[in-house]
Formats: sequence, C-alpha cells, structure tokens
Amino acid sequence: MTAGGTGTGTGTGSDRAAPAAAPAVAPRSGPAAPGRWTPARTATALLLPGLVALLLTYAMPLVWVARMAFNEPLPGGAIRQTLTLGTFTDVLGDAHYWRVIWRTVELGTLVTVFTLLLSYPLALFLARTTSRWRGLLVALAVTPLLISSVARTFGWMAILGSQGVVNKTLMSVGLIDTPLQLANNMTGVVIASTEIYMPFAILVMISGFGRLDPELERAAASLGAGRLAVLRRVVLPLTLPGVLTAGLLVFVLSLSGYVTPRLIGGGRVFVLATEIYDEAITALNWPVAAVLSMLLLVLFGLVVVVYTRLQRLVERRVLGEGGTAS
Amino acid sequence: MRAGPAGRLAWGTLITVLYLFLLAPIIIVFVVSFDDATFLRFPPEGLTLDAYRQVFDNADFRSALQVSAVTASITAGLALLAGVPAALALSRLRFRGREAMESAFLSPLLVPNIVLGLALLVLFAPIPLTDTYTGLILAHLGITIPYVVRTVCASLAGADPRAEEAARTLGANTFTVARRIILPTILPGVVSGGVIAFLLSFDETVISLFVSGQSVTPLPVAVLQYVEYRSDPAIAALSVCLVVLSVLAVVLVERSLGLRRSLRSG
Repeated sequence: MTAGGTGTGTGTGSDRAAPAAAPAVAPRSGPAAPGRWTPARTATALLLPGLVALLLTYAMPLVWVARMAFNEPLPGGAIRQTLTLGTFTDVLGDAHYWRVIWRTVELGTLVTVFTLLLSYPLALFLARTTSRWRGLLVALAVTPLLISSVARTFGWMAILGSQGVVNKTLMSVGLIDTPLQLANNMTGVVIASTEIYMPFAILVMISGFGRLDPELERAAASLGAGRLAVLRRVVLPLTLPGVLTAGLLVFVLSLSGYVTPRLIGGGRVFVLATEIYDEAITALNWPVAAVLSMLLLVLFGLVVVVYTRLQRLVERRVLGEGGTAS
Repeated sequence: MRAGPAGRLAWGTLITVLYLFLLAPIIIVFVVSFDDATFLRFPPEGLTLDAYRQVFDNADFRSALQVSAVTASITAGLALLAGVPAALALSRLRFRGREAMESAFLSPLLVPNIVLGLALLVLFAPIPLTDTYTGLILAHLGITIPYVVRTVCASLAGADPRAEEAARTLGANTFTVARRIILPTILPGVVSGGVIAFLLSFDETVISLFVSGQSVTPLPVAVLQYVEYRSDPAIAALSVCLVVLSVLAVVLVERSLGLRRSLRSG
C-alpha cells in the first residue's frame, strides 16, 4: 500500500536510539528474541483496539452496504439475496434519480461558490490581522463549526421563513407586500448551507494561507504595483491552494448534506442525501438506497480527481511565479 | 497593502457584515428563546423564561438529553481508549505500513455521514443493534476515533522524542517514562480529543437518525423531528442550551491544545 514504510525498517529489531557507530553501549539492540517487545509488536498491541473498533464501526458497514447494492428489492421492503446489477440499471434508467443527482451537483456548486466568496475576505482578514483580539476573532469565526447544525438550521428557519426576520423587516419597511419565498425551496437551502459551511472554509483557508507574507506585498507595492495588482499578482496566487482545498471540502460536505436540505427544503428539495434517507427509512428499499450511496461515493471520487488536477496546475503556476517574486 | 480611509472603512464594513451573516442564526435563536409568544416571531414583544421551563418540563426532551449524555460520555471514553494508544504508536514507533495505518485511522472522515449511517443500518438492523445504546455508541465510535488520534498526534508532534530517550538513559523505567514524560505531553491532546469526541457524539444527527428508533432517541434526532412539525420558542431555548454547551467545549479545547490545531483537516 505504501512505499514509505518498507524502505526504512524491515528489520524490526533495529533500535533507532543506538546508532551503528556505537555498538558497545547498545546491548538492548540485538536481534529480537521471541516474546520480546519489538517496535512492531508494541505497535500491533497499541493499534489493535483502534483497528478492531474501526473494523466494526466503519469497514464492515461499508462492505455490507456495498454488497446490499447488488441485491434485488422486492415489494413491501423485502430483499432477495442475489448478485445483480439490476438495481443499478433501474436507478440509472430512471429520470427521477437523474434529476436528483443534477439537483445535488447544482446545490453543491452554488454553495461552494458562495461559501468561498464570503469566506475569503474573512480568512484574509484573520490571516493578516495583528489585533490583540485575534484569538477571539478566530474563535468567533470557527466556533459555529462545533455548534449543532440542527440548532443553526433552526435559526435560519426563523430568519428565512414567511414570518421570519427578513420578511417581517422588509414588509414593515414597506419594500414588499407579500412575503418572499425564502424557505421551502432551493434559495433557502443555498443561503443556510453557505453559512453552515463557512467555518470549515475559513479554518482550511487560514491554515493554507501560511505562505502569505506582508513583506512580499510591501515589496510589490514599493516596486510600484497598485493595490489591485498586488491583490491579483501576489495575494491571490499565494492563497489559491488554500482556497482550492477549502472548495474541495465544502463541495464534498454539501454534496452529502442532509439536515439543511431536509429542514429548510421543507420536503420540496430533493438531493441524494434526502433520497437515500427516504428510500432506506420510508420506502424500506435498501438496495436502491445502497445504489444511491455508491453513486454519491462515485461523485466524491470525481470531485477529488478534479481537485487533484487543479491543485497540481495551481502549484506549478504559483511556484513559477513565487520563484521570481521571493 | 496600504489603503486610504475610504478603503479601510469599506473593508471594515465588509468584515463586520460577514461576521453578522456567520453569527446570524445563533443570535436570532438566542433572541427568540426569550420571546413570550407560543409561535415564532421577530422581534419579540415580551420577554420571559417560559421557553426554558417548557424544555425542562418536556419528558421527551429530558429522556433524549439523557440518551445523548450517556451515549456521548461512553463514546468519548471508548474513543480515547482506542485512539490514544493508536496515536502513540503512529507518532513514536517505526514499523512497516505505518503510513497506511495512519491513513486508515483518519479515513472515516472521508466517508459522508449519510452513507455511513445507511451502512450502519444495513449491518446493525439484522443483529439487531438498531435502537439500542450499544448500536448508537458503536455508530459514533468510528467518526470520533479519528479526532482523538489527530489531537494526540498533534500534541506529540510538538514534543521532542529525545526527552523520552534522555529519561530512559538516566535510568527511568517504561512506567516512569509514561507517567512523567509521555502523559504530560499528550494530556492537552487527550483533553481536546475527548471533548471533541463528546461534542461530536452529542451533536451527531444523520448517523443517529439511521440507527436510533423509538426507545433510544438522542437529542438532535428528537429536535429534528420536533422542528419538522412545529417551530416555537421552546426549540430556540433548547438550541441556546446546545450552543452554550458547544461554547464551553470550545473554551476547554482552546485552553488545552488550541482550536485550530485540534480541528485542522490533514
């Protein structure tokens, strides 16, 4: 699986505390006797509880659900154990599921674009601020990440609903007569999801903005570059890798998001995640739910492939330009 | 970048507006929770603590809170038991396949919760482990172990392994080294990992929806089902309680390991 581990230590008895130059003072580094605690045996013992837990709670379920995709659903929630591609072809031949897949990609794209646009200025601000409140400001931007998404989605229902904050305010000011339809549709889901994923994007962006150096900007400015030129030629290229990584994370998260589409969508926004849940719990059609899950994983794979290509492209260009800049 | 006063003002306004957008749902929930109406409205006209009383009087919420607290505590404990030794092995020992092991321990974060939830349902339902504490705890274990491994690895990455070797050279045995050198080093990571595991389990919604049922219903599932049919200040009050819990956890994590180091992906 990896090339890294095999090169360094096939001899498990080698003790890295004792270099080869001092054999006389390293009596413990002899060949491993049976029953002795070699690093490999210690590692196995230490890793075992975690590996067993992961096997039970992660690896086995995934194998089971993948197997379920090749079973045949029978009417009334019954399942015929078999090995067929029939459920796959049924799902892929159904226009309804294609609409759901398209909706999912559309939602993911919109949410990713808006999240990146709104998170970028905040991340830039946090990366370069010298305020003594910096720690608090970072915490304010990142804390929502650890706050229940059900609670935050409920907050958005109170803001976007027909009796919500936005509509009440606009009506009392007299800008509109009838409430805007901001919830129970795609618009509301996009707005709420954008806010829900912003802390993830900001966190990833701040971590990725390490190469940003105020000295570089000052140097560019002193060489006669205007503000826009500094932003376009120095800041943007240096921060682009971080933005791309944030984009990947947000896209992947919003492709599989369930709580916000279900609550804000009010049963009118159908994406893969809500469809998987409905097929599994309401329709009791596990094979179809499993097939939809596999399609979601395929979608994930495609996104990661595109991201890797883009990241390589960006790295090459930034390194090329950064070489002349620094 | 130097900016004129106008540019500065525009930039400051933009940042303020973005912060307001980011915190809007939390602020609104907080305000609504003190409203004396029985339906959702804004701005509130009368202030009361009735909504909070309603939450604590609601038997469904009380039992859901108990389910979540028990599940999250046991999950965090088990995640520490499984994750801390693994993190020690991954960051302090050299063995074949170490990198593969590292990826394996972080990989549950790559699978969407909706898929993992369905997968757990498919595996657990026939046994039957769905709608039991055991099933719920096992379901939460897979997604919390990676965080413990990551935070403990992060606290070990900042320490010099030569301290352990020096102690050994000076005659300390394995137990003393573990107690006097390794334990203080990993303690911030253990605390952060434990708190994050507790919080993740306590807030976990999607996976719980699949594996919970009528008898073992954790709080987020109860709230989700309640919100679908009605929205009133009681839910806002409950949300405020959840927010306060999260903020307490954030302060704890920030004090021990640092929020950014604990949550950073990769």
